[in-house]
Parts: sequence; C-alpha cells; structure tokens
Amino acid sequence: MRARWISVVLAAVTAVALTACGSDAADTATTAPTGGSSSAAGASGEITVFAAASLTGTFTQIGKDFEAANPGTTVTFSFAGSSALATQINQGAPADVFASAAPANMKTVTDAGNADGTPTVFVKNQLVIAVPKGNPKNISTLAGLAQPGVKVALCAPQVPCGAAAQKALQAANVTVTPVTQEQDVKAALSKVTLGEVDAALVYRTDAKAAASDVDGIEFPESSSAINEYPIVVVKNGPNKAGGQAFVNYVMSEPARKVLTDAGFQTP
Amino acid sequence: MRSRQAPLALLLPALLGLLFLVLPLVGLLYRAPWTTLPERLTEPGILNALRLSLLTATLATAGCLVLGVPLAWLLARVTFPGRRVVRALVTVPLVLPPVVGGVALLLVFGRRGLIGEWLDSAFGITLPFTTAGVVLAEAFVAMPFLIISVEGALRGADARYEEAAATLGAGRWTTFTRVTLPLVAPGVAAGAVLCWARALGEFGATITFAGNFPGRTQTMPLAVYLALETDLEAAIVLSLLLLFVSVVVLASLRDKWISSP
Repeated sequence: MRARWISVVLAAVTAVALTACGSDAADTATTAPTGGSSSAAGASGEITVFAAASLTGTFTQIGKDFEAANPGTTVTFSFAGSSALATQINQGAPADVFASAAPANMKTVTDAGNADGTPTVFVKNQLVIAVPKGNPKNISTLAGLAQPGVKVALCAPQVPCGAAAQKALQAANVTVTPVTQEQDVKAALSKVTLGEVDAALVYRTDAKAAASDVDGIEFPESSSAINEYPIVVVKNGPNKAGGQAFVNYVMSEPARKVLTDAGFQTP
Repeated sequence: MRSRQAPLALLLPALLGLLFLVLPLVGLLYRAPWTTLPERLTEPGILNALRLSLLTATLATAGCLVLGVPLAWLLARVTFPGRRVVRALVTVPLVLPPVVGGVALLLVFGRRGLIGEWLDSAFGITLPFTTAGVVLAEAFVAMPFLIISVEGALRGADARYEEAAATLGAGRWTTFTRVTLPLVAPGVAAGAVLCWARALGEFGATITFAGNFPGRTQTMPLAVYLALETDLEAAIVLSLLLLFVSVVVLASLRDKWISSP
C-alpha cells in the first residue's frame, strides 16, 4: 500500500519535472540531424513502440512522461518477447520504434533492412540469482545452484536470459541441471515466487520488481553475461519523426533515471 | 427427393469458411524449407518431443475418458440441484486462458499447493516438471471437449431404449454399459478425438505447470515455441510434422471408429 503511494507521488513529481524540461527536449530534437521537418519537437500523433516484455514497467512510465513532455503525442506500446516482435516487424507490423532485449533479435530486423540507421544500446541488464524471500536454501553463489536437492529454473538457451545464464555458468565452471527451461525470464521468476523451484537465474530488474517475494543475489560471473538492449527507429514506420523523438527521449536524462531506478544499468 | 444442387447461400459461406481454415496451412507449406527438410527432421530432440507429445496426449485422453464419460452421463441423465452450475463449471477450462490454468494447477498440485504439499510430504510425489504433470495439464484443458460432446450425444440419444432396458430388469449400471454406451459410441469417439487433438496442441498450461525440459516435459508445441525464438524455418518444420502426424492418426481413427451412417 505504502509502496504504491510512493510510486504515485514519484510519478507525479517526475511528470512535473518533465513538463519543466519539455522545452529542452524540444530543442535537442530540432538540433538532431534527422529532425528536418516543420514541427518544433518533430513529434506529433500516435507513436507505436514495440518493446521487449522486460521493459513493460519502465517504458510505460517513460511513455507517459514523453506524452507529458510532447503534448499532442500518444505513445502506444506492444510488449512481447523480442523475437516475436522482430518477426512481426519483419512481416510488416506498423511499428515506429523497436526496443529489443537482445542484440540478436535486433540483428534479424537490421539484416532484413527494416531498421532506420544503426541501433543504439540504451541499457544493460545483468543476471542475479532469484531465491524465495529469506533464502531458505542459503544460496550465495552459482555453485550453490549445483547442490543436490536444489531445484533450479533457467531460461531456455534459445531465449536471451537463457543464453546469458549459460555464459555465466560457464564462466563460473558450474554445471547445473535445471528442472525446467522456461520460455522467458518472467516465467522463470514466477516458478520462484510460486515456490516450485528453489532458485532461478533472472535479470536484476525482474528480481527488483518482485522484491516482495524474492531476494536477488548478485554474483561476480554475471559481468561476463551482460545483456544489452538496443533501440532503433523502424524504417517503414507510419510515424518516423515521432519514433525518432521517442528514441531521443529514451536516451535523455529523465528516462535514464526511470530505467536505472528499475535496476538497469546505462552504458 | 433432395435437390442435388446445394443452395448458394450455404455453399458460399461454407467455402469461405474452408478457405479461412486452410489458408494458414497453405502459408506454412509455402514457407517450409523443403530442400533442408530431411536433415531438419532428423535433428536430435525432434523425435523425442514428438514421442512425448503422442504419449502424453493419449494418456490424457484415456484419463479424460475414464472421468469425463461418467461426468457427462451425470449431467445428461441425473437431475440434481445445481446441475446448471456444474455444467458451467465444466466449461471453465475452455474459457480460462491456458496459462492461467497452468498457474491454477500449480496452486493446487504444486510443491506448495493445496493438494501438492500433502502429496509431497505423504508420498514424496511432486507433479510439476514431470511427464505426469504434462498429462495432468493436458487433461485439464482437453476434458471439457470430451464432456460436452458426450453429453450432447447422450441428450440426443433416445432415452426410451434405456427405459425399455430398465423395464426388462436391467440395473442402471447394466443399462449404461449395455445400452447407453453403445448408443452414444460415435459421440464418445468424436469427443475423444477432439480431446486428443486439443491435448496434442496444448501449450500454455503445459509450459506453465510442467515446465519445459527436453525429453521429459518438452512436447512438440513447446519445441515449436522455442524454435520460433531462434529459427522460423525450424518452427515451421516442427509444426508441419505435428500437423502431419495428427492428421494421419485422426484420419485412420476416423475410418476405424467413426463410420459415417
């Protein structure tokens, strides 16, 4: 209850702060080389953003802030797995911006010639060990996951969090036999919150968002499996100017704050 | 004397409906990587997933028959207070998004679930992440299909045969096994086929409740989903294989069990 109040107050404060710097954002947008159009901010109308599911919380907030800073714009999100979004964009879905949770999924879009310019990495995410609140099995390192009697959920190696988990486990020289290879990081996390497994490797941001149910344990090998999030304007998007303005906004200080508050690292 | 020509008002929507159902299949066939098909089909793991799918769908259907046919009979033949509510409850898994069904199953049969906790402490049985868990998830999602078609068949069947059997001294059990069941056999078979097909394609409840582990809980739909993450063509191959096998099985069963009158 209290946490909700705090977040409401925070959102209000950021919104006010953002309207205050709205003119700055408009200035930077006009100086950007891509914004050669007539309107001052280069942004109007509806902007459709395809974003990785792990960005749901932060991008929803950033979208509201952006709308407040750019009156006359509406940001519509489609949150899903990065690979599903990449497939949709390559099949001609009307997206203006694509924010991927992994460079590989971004590559499928750039390879197909559907990106406008080069993608920019806007945040990084790191793995932590998620354990039920209070850490009943006393897990403190990756080696703890290999103990007998410890049930572990990992992401499937085909999805970004699973590939990162493999890298980290290799770096630690630990072999873990998971009871399940989940289809995405939220599914792996939910197995911990429901108590079905004793530990899972998830992103720091996910552990942080579920802080009331799980503890996130940092481990040194996570530095060898850092996940980068690239963002790009989609080539055939219906509102490219708006898309560019949104991408610029994501790189701006207020948006970075929202992202780092959620546990992301900025490059 | 029936008119030989089907009326256009029926024929046109019927053909459109057929087209609508078949076109996505055409899309899959069109995009399938035919040249590399043989080597893709022999990739390790595919046969495991296929075998597991066929096994679990069949076991789930068997379980649904054992529990679902009596339940359908109860709904069709016995008047009891709250029958409407029970009938509505039976359709809950149809309405529930399968992923939510999987979470609900975890809350009951999971390690800390209402029944699961007791199963674990008393017998050392844990269902999530096991093949038995896959069967459970599939049965949960597929059983309404069986119940609804069997109940429909029972309600459509002439109850006078059963009454006649009763007047000749047959008990309710004898009537059920010797009269009712043979009477509604086509309905039971059709329900079982629907149930099996639904179980075979089950994804959401399975991956949520039983997880995804190759060889143990990774069925074809799960393999397709994960292939989609990295390789669209592999996903298409897997889907076509699943479609092909299920169509062959269903077509051969149809000739054998559901003979058209």
